[in-house]
Amino acid sequence: MNPALLLLNTPTLVHLSPVDLVIIVFYFALVLAIGLYLKEQANTGEDFFMAGREMTAWVAGLAFLSANLGSLELMGWAGNSYKYGILAAHWYWIGAIPAMLFLALVMMPFYHICKTHSVPGYLKLRFGPGAQALSSVSFAFMTVLMSGINMYAMAVVMRVVLGWDINVSIWISSVTVMIYVALGGLRSAIFNEVLQFFLIWAGALLIPILGLVEAGGWDGLKAKILQNLTDQHVANPGAYTHAWSTLGSFTDNPMGINWVGIVFGLGAVISMGYWTTDFLVVQRVLSAKDLRSAKLAPIIGAAFKMLVPFIVILPGLLGLALLRDPHTGNLLRLVPADLAWSKAGQAQGLHGFDEVLPLMLARYCGPGLLGLGITALIAGFMSGMAGNVSAFTTVWTYDIYGALINKNASDDSKVRMGRWCTVVGVGISIGTAYLVMNAHSIMDYVQELFSFFIAPLFGTVILGMLWKRATKAGGFWGLLAGTLSSVGMWAWVKVNPEAVKYVALSSQAQDQAQNMFRALWCWLICVIVTVVVSLMTKPKPDSELADLVYGLTPIPHEAKVSVFHRPVFWAIIVGAVFIILQIIFW
Amino acid sequence: MKSGGSLSIWFFIGLSLAVNGAVIVGRGVYELVSPPAQEVVLYNLHANLWWGAVLLFLGLFFCLRFSPARERARMGGNS
Repeated sequence: MNPALLLLNTPTLVHLSPVDLVIIVFYFALVLAIGLYLKEQANTGEDFFMAGREMTAWVAGLAFLSANLGSLELMGWAGNSYKYGILAAHWYWIGAIPAMLFLALVMMPFYHICKTHSVPGYLKLRFGPGAQALSSVSFAFMTVLMSGINMYAMAVVMRVVLGWDINVSIWISSVTVMIYVALGGLRSAIFNEVLQFFLIWAGALLIPILGLVEAGGWDGLKAKILQNLTDQHVANPGAYTHAWSTLGSFTDNPMGINWVGIVFGLGAVISMGYWTTDFLVVQRVLSAKDLRSAKLAPIIGAAFKMLVPFIVILPGLLGLALLRDPHTGNLLRLVPADLAWSKAGQAQGLHGFDEVLPLMLARYCGPGLLGLGITALIAGFMSGMAGNVSAFTTVWTYDIYGALINKNASDDSKVRMGRWCTVVGVGISIGTAYLVMNAHSIMDYVQELFSFFIAPLFGTVILGMLWKRATKAGGFWGLLAGTLSSVGMWAWVKVNPEAVKYVALSSQAQDQAQNMFRALWCWLICVIVTVVVSLMTKPKPDSELADLVYGLTPIPHEAKVSVFHRPVFWAIIVGAVFIILQIIFW
Repeated sequence: MKSGGSLSIWFFIGLSLAVNGAVIVGRGVYELVSPPAQEVVLYNLHANLWWGAVLLFLGLFFCLRFSPARERARMGGNS
């Protein structure tokens, strides 16, 4: 049965008081006011699509992180930490920090110096219009679809948590985003993302603080989790509080993955692909005012990204340790969403994994604080959606409309196109949300489809930046082969589930492991095809690769800047803290 | 970071934190006078009072530090 229809008759997790509504209404008023205020500063293409390229490192860095901090990210990964334990933190640590530092120190100089408007724009400069078209069309299509899916999922969560009507949630939040992005462009999206970053922390930070007080600190939390999981006869209960020591085998941890998948699949390919080539996040750092700010922005983002598990992973672990049925006093065991939202699940009062964050919010937060926490979830959703919409608008205007449809478009017409494109993008997202409402399985397929493009795109971009011998034909065919091989492996496992032992190297591998290994193989295929085709075709002369490729791009030295102002110094600090965290939670 | 006008992004953030903090502290004071029928876990710590106060002070700091008057003066000094 359609979960949206089923949920119409379910009780809600929390009830808002007037003071909570004041906080939520004030938030909506403020983001609209920011959009109106910034309208006058979005008159040229550079203003509207690149925020005038005048953002400081702090603003660009916080927006870079905030665009990724959607509410589904917050609730989904809190749910995953309840399901998989602290292993979920890998998506914030090895699945983000090395890639962000790599973007800052290695890739940003090329993105910044060539003055591209987008990642597909870089591909055009480096590999020609074929790679640009392939990358931009797939990105634009998938971005609006993902935006719609997130919108639907958010509306369902609002229904479960607050009892809000799904249509009202979809229309109010998406129209608000549409207004402030259409008015102020990327600058407005970035301003609101920074505001939303603060609200997310203000609303969510109290949960781990009070949770640790109740659990008796980290040691008390670990002891309670071990006790609870042992009582429930869960296999490998110790694995829930250790990040690395149980990754020797697929069967020793609740995620069904090993260290090869985490290090090479997640750390070396998927996260590199997402954080260095997904234009949704890269656009934020492209708006930085100079090269040093552009390099510092991802490092600032990485520093805060390392701390996000405190407000996402820790609440999930606290749920494992502390959540009890308010009526019976027995341990509350959360279940997969499909089961929780089934008729039987609703009759038994079951809750899904993804509800752990709202459950913890309702546990500690009374009126006022509850409104702030709900505002944090709404802010997370809106920052993610604004990121999708502004990135879609830029790629459509520059890489599809400007490159394929109207090559002589004036700057004014591009800004007009950008504003209309924002409206159309939001409209398609809303349409997708309703499509998903009526055909729920589309959601799973599209989320998997999105992952098909990321890993091979990273292969193409990194070879383009670091290997001057890579040719136009090599870039295009490598990207196409990598993408098709990813789709092929996914379809192979769908048709024949036993194929997982070839794709993920083990028949014990679970979903996350399959994603990691599929990304690894399709990246390798992309790289191999790019190299082979490039060696068989004629390279561009060096003069045409200036400012695009390592060795042919003069990168300004930082000799005159004090050590505390050098990106590499702060990257070393962030890298050291990252390693210390891995040792502490080994 | 300024917007091109005299309002900094940090001023908006300060405004948001200060208003939210004031509302939450106000609710905390009200609950001291009139305790709720259903208490949340660890109600005795009065999180709304001290967390609201933290947000309020942080918000006021941002509002004052990045007030429109100071931004205008700073921009005038730079030009």
